[in-house]
Amino acid sequence: MKPFSRLLFAAAVSAAFVAAAVSPAFSAETIKMGFVFSMTGGAAAYGATQKEGAELAVEQINAAAGGGLKIAPIFEDDASVPQQGTNVYNKLINGDKVAVVVGPTLSNTAKITNPIAQQIGVTVLGVSNTAGGITEIGDYIFRNSLTEAVVIPNTMKVAKEKLGLKKVVLFYGNDDAFTKSGADVFRKVLQAEGIQILGEQTFAKGDRDFSPQLTQIKSQNPDAIVCSALVEEASGIVSQARQLGIPKTVRIIGGNGFNSPALIKNAGEASEGVIVGAAWNISSTNPLNVKFVDDYTKKYTRPPDQFAAQAFAGVHIVYQAAKAAGTADNRKAIRDAMVKLKGLDTLLGKFSFTEGRDADHSPVVQEVKGGKFSVFSN
Amino acid sequence: MNLLAQQLVNGLFIGSVYGLFAVGYTLVFGVLDILNLAHAAVFTLGGLVALWLVQAGGMSIWLAFPLATLFAGLLGLLLNQVAFVPLRKRADSQFSGLISSIAMAIIFEAVALGLFGARSVRFPQGTVSVHIWHIAGVTITSLQVGIVLVATLLMLVLTFFIQRTRTGKAIRTVAENERAAMLLGVNVNGIIAFTFFISSALGGAAGILYGLYFDSLAPDMGRSIELKGLAVIILGGMGSIPGAILGGLAFGLSEVLTVAISGTSNLRDAVAFTVLFAILLIRPSGLLGRGKTREA
Repeated sequence: MKPFSRLLFAAAVSAAFVAAAVSPAFSAETIKMGFVFSMTGGAAAYGATQKEGAELAVEQINAAAGGGLKIAPIFEDDASVPQQGTNVYNKLINGDKVAVVVGPTLSNTAKITNPIAQQIGVTVLGVSNTAGGITEIGDYIFRNSLTEAVVIPNTMKVAKEKLGLKKVVLFYGNDDAFTKSGADVFRKVLQAEGIQILGEQTFAKGDRDFSPQLTQIKSQNPDAIVCSALVEEASGIVSQARQLGIPKTVRIIGGNGFNSPALIKNAGEASEGVIVGAAWNISSTNPLNVKFVDDYTKKYTRPPDQFAAQAFAGVHIVYQAAKAAGTADNRKAIRDAMVKLKGLDTLLGKFSFTEGRDADHSPVVQEVKGGKFSVFSN
Repeated sequence: MNLLAQQLVNGLFIGSVYGLFAVGYTLVFGVLDILNLAHAAVFTLGGLVALWLVQAGGMSIWLAFPLATLFAGLLGLLLNQVAFVPLRKRADSQFSGLISSIAMAIIFEAVALGLFGARSVRFPQGTVSVHIWHIAGVTITSLQVGIVLVATLLMLVLTFFIQRTRTGKAIRTVAENERAAMLLGVNVNGIIAFTFFISSALGGAAGILYGLYFDSLAPDMGRSIELKGLAVIILGGMGSIPGAILGGLAFGLSEVLTVAISGTSNLRDAVAFTVLFAILLIRPSGLLGRGKTREA
């Protein structure tokens, strides 16, 4: 047996050498891409579809790559908390030596994790962070998700025009980076648009009972409730508002956190008429988007949401940058190529990064109608 | 005025769920002088099992409610058998029982996580048909009324049971003095197991009502009520059933009013626990506590 196995070993070694010598022509390089999504915890509803969107993109890119650049994805769960995010960031960057990190899901987590990547010099592409102060962390931090600072003014402007809003109440979660910065933007825009803020109410993450605040809001008789919340709390707020007898004519206007089919599923009938500004709408006729919606629905047997769409677009953006840089593992070169991307065709529309490495494309305003998000037209 | 009335109604609803949860908590403490820290996990599992019966089993909530309550009661028996019985004969069974109940809480929560996933889940639309009434400017839903009725009914039945029936008297005897009860021919181990059954069934029922009211269930939802339940039974007087009910209502009202007045929920727990602290300074045995007489 012994001599035979030695022979086999020698054969294997020489085969490997031959393969290595020939490989540049055949199987090209593979870019290691780390994905940090909230697959469990409060933001699990977002993380799950993000992962699906990213997986679909990787699968399609690798199938089409032939002998070109391929992607090796590594998915990690940050459990919706910054502590776990820090752990998986360290693992991906120092252990797996990924070239790029996509994620994390929540802005709250991104504020803690992204400095780790910045310090070492690894490009991070946020595909759902919309709070302020994320890309300011450093020149390696990018995002393809439109910030609340772009989406909200557009939403309020359209809502004011169509509904003639004069006085509103602001209701938001004040212990979360994302919901709080959303509320700051809402406040600023409301003042700029000359809409009176009758009062402000707040809640904390994990709250289930919103009736005390909503009772106060009801007594103030606003034209609309402007709300900055994540989808779990948003669902409770929307259904409890209607249960408390706040009429449907008092629209609830939400930030990006409302933009998930989970809202409609959770709140059901009560979610009708909810207005949400967004970076993406499923009914967009952009051919890339139509194909994405088709492919996604076929693969996962349900339609995609914005988080899946942005994750899908994010993978393409990073891939294009790596291709332009002509490298699979040069972290610096990939960053430099990201900055140079201009007018890239994505399912979000023509996509570029701003000077501050934030997303630049046009937003939409949607409302819930017949159990679906559709483009808002009163 | 309407505003205040509505807020009081809001507080009454959440308070009655707290009360129901705390009654089960305090029952075990009254009998065994042991805090069963797995009570919150039973609360969670009760709610999740009811949801599972409705969703996967296609049952009506009227059938799922008693079945899930029964299931929670059986969990109580398991809890007693695994976490408390083996330790009871040891010298320091109070502390070791406390610790082993924490272990059971973690096991139950992990089971819930494994079976139901980490996401928040909801009862399907139309599980209970909801009517909305507007009475003198106060909005009340039939669901809320149902919750208060069920909670009140369960608490009344329990009070009657403890005060009037033979088994109830046996439970009180064991609470008073285990040794004497044994000498009187009471099956002490049986009574303790039965107490766990009732306590956990009530906890499970509270979990179902909580899930129905807020329309949101998650494996970690017990944590939000665990400390509150503890505060409620301290407030009401450890081991006192009417005290737990009263404490629950007081806690619910203080929470709602704090949020209503301050416009933020950050102060909610701070105020509730400050009230608890103040009451303990004035009445160390709680609102309806019996003080030290029992140990005399």
